Amino acid sequence: MEQAAQEKLNDAWDWEIPSKLVADLDDWREQFSEVQELVVSQDGERIAAIVKADDALTVCVNGDTWTSTFEKAWALHFGPDGRLACIVMNDDEWTVAQEDEPWEERYDYVWNLRFSPDGSGVAANIRTSDGYGVVLNGEPWDAKFLQMRSCEISPDGLSVAGNVQLEALSEGDIFTFRKGLWGLAVNGEPWDAHFLNVWDSVFSDDGAKVAAEVRIEPGLQTIAVNGVPWPETFRAVWQPIFVPGSHDVVAPGLAAGAWKLLMNGKPLWNRSFAQVWHQTFSPDRQRLAAVVASSFGRWTIAVDGDAWKTTFGDAVLPPVFSPNGRRVAAVVKENNRWTIAVDGIPWPEDFDMVWDPVFSPDGGIVAARAVQGKEFYMVLNGKVISLGCAKLWDPVFSPDGSQLLLKAIEFGRLYRKVVPIKQLLA
Amino acid sequence: MGSPAMKLPELPIVGDPGLDENAKNLTPERIAEVINRVIDRETAARFRVYMNTCVHCGLCSDACHWFLSNDRDPRFSPVGKVKQTVWEMLRKKGRVDPDFIKDCSRIAQTECNMCRRCSMYCQVGIDVAYMLLTVRRICHELEMVPQFMQDTVNSHAVTLNQMWVKQDEWIDTLQWQEEEAKSEVVTARIPLDKEGADIFYSVIAPEPKILAQLIGNMAQIMAVAKIDWTMPSFDGWDNSNMAMYSGDFETMGRVERAHHEAALKLKVKRIVMGECGHAFRGAVYDGPKWLGWLEPPVPVIHAVDFYHELITSGRIKIAKKFDEPVTVQEPCNIVRGRGLGAKLREIIHATCSDFRPPEPSFEHNYCCGAGGGVINCGPPWKTSRVKGNSVKAEQLAATKAHIIITPCHNCHSGIEDIISGYKLGMHVKFFSEILMETMEIPDELRAE
Repeated sequence: MEQAAQEKLNDAWDWEIPSKLVADLDDWREQFSEVQELVVSQDGERIAAIVKADDALTVCVNGDTWTSTFEKAWALHFGPDGRLACIVMNDDEWTVAQEDEPWEERYDYVWNLRFSPDGSGVAANIRTSDGYGVVLNGEPWDAKFLQMRSCEISPDGLSVAGNVQLEALSEGDIFTFRKGLWGLAVNGEPWDAHFLNVWDSVFSDDGAKVAAEVRIEPGLQTIAVNGVPWPETFRAVWQPIFVPGSHDVVAPGLAAGAWKLLMNGKPLWNRSFAQVWHQTFSPDRQRLAAVVASSFGRWTIAVDGDAWKTTFGDAVLPPVFSPNGRRVAAVVKENNRWTIAVDGIPWPEDFDMVWDPVFSPDGGIVAARAVQGKEFYMVLNGKVISLGCAKLWDPVFSPDGSQLLLKAIEFGRLYRKVVPIKQLLA
Repeated sequence: MGSPAMKLPELPIVGDPGLDENAKNLTPERIAEVINRVIDRETAARFRVYMNTCVHCGLCSDACHWFLSNDRDPRFSPVGKVKQTVWEMLRKKGRVDPDFIKDCSRIAQTECNMCRRCSMYCQVGIDVAYMLLTVRRICHELEMVPQFMQDTVNSHAVTLNQMWVKQDEWIDTLQWQEEEAKSEVVTARIPLDKEGADIFYSVIAPEPKILAQLIGNMAQIMAVAKIDWTMPSFDGWDNSNMAMYSGDFETMGRVERAHHEAALKLKVKRIVMGECGHAFRGAVYDGPKWLGWLEPPVPVIHAVDFYHELITSGRIKIAKKFDEPVTVQEPCNIVRGRGLGAKLREIIHATCSDFRPPEPSFEHNYCCGAGGGVINCGPPWKTSRVKGNSVKAEQLAATKAHIIITPCHNCHSGIEDIISGYKLGMHVKFFSEILMETMEIPDELRAE
């Protein structure tokens, strides 16, 4: 969701009540023979799980079950707009159910449930007796394909793309494969161009362009935009992104044994790395960060081409910018211990696991949930600021940055807590 | 090594469209360009050290099951294979013809299992398999890969799994196997995409494609052991990697990245891999290194290690031992390559009452003959593959066991072919199948 839209939504949340019991999950476990994985809404007001009652599956939300029951159900998610959705099956027919309302049309199979950033678009891949396709907000594509392996939704939620197999292939037929049988279909229309492979794709902000990794010859890969490959080719490429608000495309490419970040096929930064991926623009679109291996086995974040001096041996996860774009943080791992590094400086404490950093609106504070042993802890600017609890979800800062919303399971119950930052830092 | 002082028999001609048809597209210029490019730009000091330190003694020969099983024919010795390929390429500065490349592909792809037994017998420790993997890389760059192997790699490139498993088929199979497992153990589940689980259990594509019950078995084992685990509904679930063996390192890297990024995305503490040896090599060694990782970003544990942990920690209790005579096929990539031989013996002793150790054993064990991508070269090469491992048949027969435990998919299929080809009258089992027959399922977990 766009930052401004998210802030507006957050503003409407309840930031007054300091602590609220949302649901007693121990009751659920007594009531149902099976309680599957728990999901919590972004505002912390609702918790849900697929549960089994009387040999049928349904969804329990804050203790109330849906009226619909299912033989199978999975992929339960709160969308960005707070609507609850999952994939369900009865009588061997699959569909998507949103807020206890299954979509009318049924399919042989449904998977890859996707939401647009504002939640208005909900899409998934489908299999029918006519082939493979996509359903968007309950409306299936007319076009069907021999196979489909992805479902990418546009920022406005109006379009969907996915890589599709365009011609049949017999077992072991390496010669037909060599002709290039794969393309990308956008809203059911396949690109004119065929490739040996089409992998990850992405829409431009306005939904007018789609870029994807493609393989054009066995040893040559590049990026294709609306089906047109860059003239430059590489031994390998990784997933592209669009420059926000434009049709320029940035992607990593491998040539002459080194990885470079490229824009529209040309080197963007003036240096290469042992690896580059997960490039990410700042919200103000002015800065670009990526995960890089500055040398073999040493990982860090590069911002606008300059790598942090501190490197990490195990892993560095995708960079996260502060809302004002001035700071960058990432989950890092060294000697099998996880922590967070902010602007190149790792927190002194490390953990068994840590989740993505969350910046306060002014970028001054970084929060993250972490696991130590069997318990979750909230960490603020590197300091553990909570007692251990059974489960935590990502924290949310209030729009003015003065409070932190915590969603925690303690003693078998989900609590929604709003805690003043001053109190936490004290 | 000079020319052999004996007349060598003609080798049978094997037709393979991946070699026969593609050879027609080769030109001397393209061949020379690829050979010189790969050797000059993709190999490093290691290659040159090996070239310069080999004293042509031939001690590696007796390490190779191909050599021992083919009447000590020097063409099947490790050094003989290097002589017929790499040395000739270098001597002729890449100016070789399409028939030569065809022979190179046959030798490197179908007559070497990359098992690295020869490296242990080389007095200077040359990794002969690496030299032949370089030959495979050259053959891949020339599109001279056996048909079935290339088809497997095409599957990896399209689907990120090795058997063309479609995304819906994968998830559907897991849901089906969850039902099967629940019919035995009431708490059995296969939690999909469970973020923060302790373990991501990854498998190789033959499991959902043709051996789905192995996934159901694991769901039961996990439930009895009360393990917090998950499997991804998305690509990256397959830990196998034949692109590593065909020389298509770019596809290898893409497959391995998907596997490790699945683990990172799911925030798991470690990956437990099913019973496969080459997949362990790809996930722990070759894949991460191509991507720039010194070690996998999330620890990777082979199934043998995991079962050892479950049994020695008491999470799994053995109700009754398996009492038929058993022996073991010790997979090269986890025993010679990782030192899991002792743990493998310990879990066999914990579950089986009549173990017949093979000889030679542990890191000296012979390869199954299927590994290194050789079995993936398909039916055209099956006869030579089985003929090339008579020593394995003799070794297994000498144990007089009824069951051969094979904690590796390639070993499992390869040993089945050996049993059939030499009429050994034995059977193969994965260790999980032994565990399923011997573990205690508490009454409260048993389905009615």
